[in-house]
Amino acid sequence: MPVQKVFQLLRSGMHRGQGFKQMDDGKDISSRSMMRARLFRSRFVIAACCLVLAVQAGLTGASLIWPLVGIVLIILVAAVAPRREIGEPKSDRNRGNRTPSSGNLSVQALADSVPDPLVIFSHDGSSVHVNEAAKDAFAPMTAGASVQLKFRTPEMQQLIREVIANGGTMEIEYAEKVPVERWFSVTAVSVGDNTGLFVLVFKDQSEARRIERMRSDFIANASHELRTPLASVAGFIDTLKGSARNDPKAQEQFLHIMEGQAARMARLIDDLLSLSRLEMKPYLKPATKVDLREVLEGVVESLKPLASDLGIAVEKDYNCGDYAVFGDRDELTQVFENLLENACKYGQSGKKIIVGLREETVSAGHAVTASIRDFGPGIAEEHIPRITERFYRINAETSRVQKGTGLGLSIVKHILTRHRARLSIDSRLGEGATFSVHFQDA
Amino acid sequence: MQQSHTVSAYDEELKSLANGIAAMGGHAERMVEQAVAALAGDDAGLAQKVIADDPFLDRTQREIDDKAIRIIARRQPMAGDLREIIGAIRISGDLERVGDLGKNIAKRVVAISGGPRPIGAFRGMQALSELALNQLKEVLDAYAERSVDRIDSIRDRDNEIDAIYTSLFRELLTYMMEDPRNISPCTHLLFCAKNVERIGDHATNIAETVYHIATGSLMSMDRPKDDKSHQVVMQGK
Repeated sequence: MPVQKVFQLLRSGMHRGQGFKQMDDGKDISSRSMMRARLFRSRFVIAACCLVLAVQAGLTGASLIWPLVGIVLIILVAAVAPRREIGEPKSDRNRGNRTPSSGNLSVQALADSVPDPLVIFSHDGSSVHVNEAAKDAFAPMTAGASVQLKFRTPEMQQLIREVIANGGTMEIEYAEKVPVERWFSVTAVSVGDNTGLFVLVFKDQSEARRIERMRSDFIANASHELRTPLASVAGFIDTLKGSARNDPKAQEQFLHIMEGQAARMARLIDDLLSLSRLEMKPYLKPATKVDLREVLEGVVESLKPLASDLGIAVEKDYNCGDYAVFGDRDELTQVFENLLENACKYGQSGKKIIVGLREETVSAGHAVTASIRDFGPGIAEEHIPRITERFYRINAETSRVQKGTGLGLSIVKHILTRHRARLSIDSRLGEGATFSVHFQDA
Repeated sequence: MQQSHTVSAYDEELKSLANGIAAMGGHAERMVEQAVAALAGDDAGLAQKVIADDPFLDRTQREIDDKAIRIIARRQPMAGDLREIIGAIRISGDLERVGDLGKNIAKRVVAISGGPRPIGAFRGMQALSELALNQLKEVLDAYAERSVDRIDSIRDRDNEIDAIYTSLFRELLTYMMEDPRNISPCTHLLFCAKNVERIGDHATNIAETVYHIATGSLMSMDRPKDDKSHQVVMQGK
């Protein structure tokens, strides 16, 4: 009986119901299963038509042949006639001879592919979409929060107010002071006609500003710190030309001092240059992972000669775990070199340094702490908060003897800010000092 | 913020309250920033501008108070809305005080401008104000997001500010003992440092208010202890 066959077909179509959902995703479809799919899609229409024909046949009492022929025809047509949504989408079929349409392009995807921070907000000032670059630059920031509350400078308040009221395009400068100075040129645009949506686009101008700033800062710092050794060298030259002209013993002594001062100036310039270089790029979070254990081992190895010269034993205290953190290998090496060198120089009397590394699991993910502990005289409480300031010296005399430039910890702090890591210093007078670096993956 | 009300005017009123806070926050941050910049750069002109900016904060605070009282009277808010409104009143009070402290720093800049300048103390002031500004920015960001994830660490940051303040206090005393001509600028700097330290305290207050708005419960009482400058004594030579 044809009717039974119809039911069979319908049922198999229903079983394949799940199957052709996947086919919609553009998979290869055989003509047989496509027919089933078409039948399944139009099962209600077919059932209704069949019912009507059957009822009509029953009421009129005419022969059963014609209604049956009708039913078979309907099913055939339903199974064979092409329907767009069963096969692949039209745009897919025409791929190759047409450019991709922008119709199904989502706003979010488009915004996320823009490399500059971009915030879409609605007429009441709440953000609708925050692209990846903006989340990165202005963390914490999520969609739904008020843009006026996030960007609070008076100029931004005015910009947002005006663009909401008048539409159009407006541009201003926006600067953030803390935690790192950044400058943006911000453009506010209303999207389309009466969509009630507005966009803020941020263009980072920090680099250009920093180059400008760097020049003046460098000169100020350098001139201030270079003046002392330079004055002393100039003084000795005078003495050598004058009173010590015929005194070889004094000459040798003075030349030795001058050599030391010249070396100090060279170190200062090196440190100032590396600090300036770091300041050029403070907020690009490193994208590659570095194994901290490797970095630490390398640093310990390279400073072994210094430690053994000073009679210091370097011990290791690692807990097992995964020490990979996002970072720049060279910069992190510099951090630990500076810290370990400081520990050797200023904690010399303790004769022992412990290099520690531990991994912890915290609520926000994975945290790694690297610490360097010495057993020297320690640091008085009032100095701890300030020793990362440029040219801050606890004791100018010790610093000079140890050939410090006053910039080492400043460099450490800068590199760590760039890595969004934190330096903590724990010390008590007479009990040594522990410098710990905390990394955390958000 | 979280859900909308049946009466959309109510939403708008709450929104305008938050926008008022945003305007005040931006203004207060700017004032402190410029006051400290004026102090570091010995710029009396910038200091005058900061002083002239203060009335805006006073005015906005009055507006926020007024709006908040009207909303309470008209809408009889409950739960989250009520916390939101009371929070806005409290935060605007704190921000207004922050502005006053900024203005006070600016006034002192005008007073000491042109005199002797102990360089080291100015560096310390900058470090201190950077910390305080950072704290203020973070709590206002937390208020914008209504998120309490970082509130604890923001509040604990107050320790750092207190420590650096104590150290600065000690340093300024040393300068004064070294050279009596330093006494007048250093006394003003001492007050400036105290003001910045107070700004940090207001930021901590705001952090507690934000926590209350977001969670409905109060933060634990073990707030960071205050600075130790009251124990600092210098022995005369």
